[in-house]
Amino acid sequence: MIIDKVKKVNEAEEKPVRNSRAADMMIGKWVKCDNCKEIIYKDDLHDNLSVCPNCGKHFRLSARRRIKQIADEGTFEEIGEDILTKDPLKFDGYMKKVETLKEKTKIQEAVKCGICEIEGEKAVLAVMDGNFLMGSMGGAVGERITLAIETAMDEKLPLIIFSVSGGARMQEGIISLMQMAKTSAAIEKFNQAGGLYISVFTDPTTGGVTASFASLGDIILAEPKALIGFAGPRVIEQTIRQKLPEGFQSAEFLLEHGFIDKIVERKDMKETIAKLIRMHKR
Amino acid sequence: MSNKQITAWDRVTCARQLERPKSLDYIENIFTDFIELHGDRCFGDDKSIIGGIAMLENVPVTVIGEQKGRSARENIERNFGMPNPEGYRKALRLMEQAEKFHRPVITFIDTPGAYPGMGAEERGQGEAIAKSIMKMSSLKVPIICVVIGEGSSGGALAIGVGDKVVMLENSVYSILSPEGFASILYKDSSKAKDAAENMKMTAEDLKKLKVIDEIIKEPEGGAQNNFEDVVDNLKKYLVKEVKELSKKSTEKLLENRYQKFRKIY
Repeated sequence: MIIDKVKKVNEAEEKPVRNSRAADMMIGKWVKCDNCKEIIYKDDLHDNLSVCPNCGKHFRLSARRRIKQIADEGTFEEIGEDILTKDPLKFDGYMKKVETLKEKTKIQEAVKCGICEIEGEKAVLAVMDGNFLMGSMGGAVGERITLAIETAMDEKLPLIIFSVSGGARMQEGIISLMQMAKTSAAIEKFNQAGGLYISVFTDPTTGGVTASFASLGDIILAEPKALIGFAGPRVIEQTIRQKLPEGFQSAEFLLEHGFIDKIVERKDMKETIAKLIRMHKR
Repeated sequence: MSNKQITAWDRVTCARQLERPKSLDYIENIFTDFIELHGDRCFGDDKSIIGGIAMLENVPVTVIGEQKGRSARENIERNFGMPNPEGYRKALRLMEQAEKFHRPVITFIDTPGAYPGMGAEERGQGEAIAKSIMKMSSLKVPIICVVIGEGSSGGALAIGVGDKVVMLENSVYSILSPEGFASILYKDSSKAKDAAENMKMTAEDLKKLKVIDEIIKEPEGGAQNNFEDVVDNLKKYLVKEVKELSKKSTEKLLENRYQKFRKIY
C-alpha cells in the first residue's frame, strides 16, 4: 500500500513536529504523514485504519471512524444524543461556535456514547472526538459520559471509553471542572458494583480528562505515541523554562513510569478489548 | 465600600494577598491539638499540602489543606501552594485513615493549581488527582471542603469533593486562573480582569450556580482585617455541619454526596 512513485511535495528535510496540525493536512485526495513525510492516498490510509502504511503513525480519528473500527457492524446504538451543550457562563460567541462546529463535524458534542457489540460481546462504548472543540469536557460531555457509566452499571455491561481531549471546556467555567467530580464519582459507583472499565488513551489526552475518568480504568490501554498528560507540554515548558525531551508524555513514557497497562496498536485494539471482556465474564 | 461595588477582580486580588490567612492559620485557630502527619508512603512529603489530626471542640477530625507561604521564603518552600502528586497521595492516605477511624474530614482549598512540572508528570499528576477525586466521592465519613483563598483547576477539586463545599466571601474558585482563561480564550492574558468578571468565580456566583452551599462572611478588606471573627464564623459552621452530617446514615450521606455532583450540568 505504500505509494512509492509519488514525488515528495517537500524535499527539504523537516523536523517532525509533535502534535502539529500537519497530521490533518489534506491535499485533495492525498495526505502527508507528519511523521515520515510520506504522501499517502487517503483511501489507502483509511483502509489501513488511519495508520500510516509507511511508518505506523496513528492518525487521529473521528468518533464515527473509531466506532466503525471497534463496534461490530450495525450494532452501535447511540445513547444520550439528546444531551446537548449548555452555556452556563453566557460566554460571548460560544453557542454560535458550537452551532458552526456541529454543522462542520456532523456531531453534536465531543463524545458519542452507545451500546454495541465487540466481536459479539455486548458493551457500552464511549468515544470522544477531538474535532469538536479539541474534545474538551463541558457539561454535555460529562453528562453523556456519566450516562454511559450508569448505563453500563444498570445493564451490567463492560464499559469502554476512548479518550481524546484538550481537558476541561474553558467556555463553561466551573461547570466543566465539576464534570471531573461527576464522572469520577460514577466510575467509583461502577467499581463498587464490580463492573469492568477499560480506558483507552488516544492522542492527545490532557487536563481534566486525564485527571478524572481516563486515569481510572481497571485496565488502561493507549495507542502508540499518544500524548498523555495532565499539564500540556507548552505549559510545562513555560513553567520550567526549558524544552521537554523527545517522547516526554508519550504513551511509551507513561508505560515506563507505570501509569498504563499496555500499548495496543490500532489493528489489534478490537481483538484486545474483546479478549479482555471475555476474560472478565462471570 | 458596599458589596455591590466589589468586582470579581477585587476578589481575585484579595484571595491572593500574601497577608491573607492560609490553611495553617485556620487549622491552628479553629482546632486544638493539631498533630501534623507527613508523607505519602511512596515518594515524599509535599509541603504544599499539609494534613493531620486535630480536635474540633470535642470531636477528632482529619484536616487537610493546601498551604501557600506566608512570606516569600515560605512560598518557595511551599511551592506557592502548587502540589505535586505526592501531595495528593498524602491527602488521600489521610482521608482513608480518617475513614478507618470514623473521623470527619475537613479540607482547606488554596492553590493556583496543581504543579505543572516534569516530575509531576513523571509521577502521574493526572492519576493522583483522579484517584483523590474518586475516593472522596465514596469516603464513608462526612467531608466539608472550605475554599479559603484561590481555588484553581483540578488541583483544587482534588481535595474539593465533599458533602458541603463552602467559600469564604473573598475567595475565588474556577477552572483556571483568569490570566490563563484570558490567554486561552481572548488570546491576551492582560484581559484577566475581563475574564474574572465573565468566569463566575466569586462565592456569590458559585452559590447561584449551586456549586457551593454556603458563603462564610469576611470583614471589609479581607479575612486578615478581623481574623478572629472569620475563625469564629467558620468554626461555628463546621461544628454545626459536622454534627448534622454525622447524624446521617452512611448510605444516605454517600447518596446525597453523589447526587450533589451528579446534578451539575
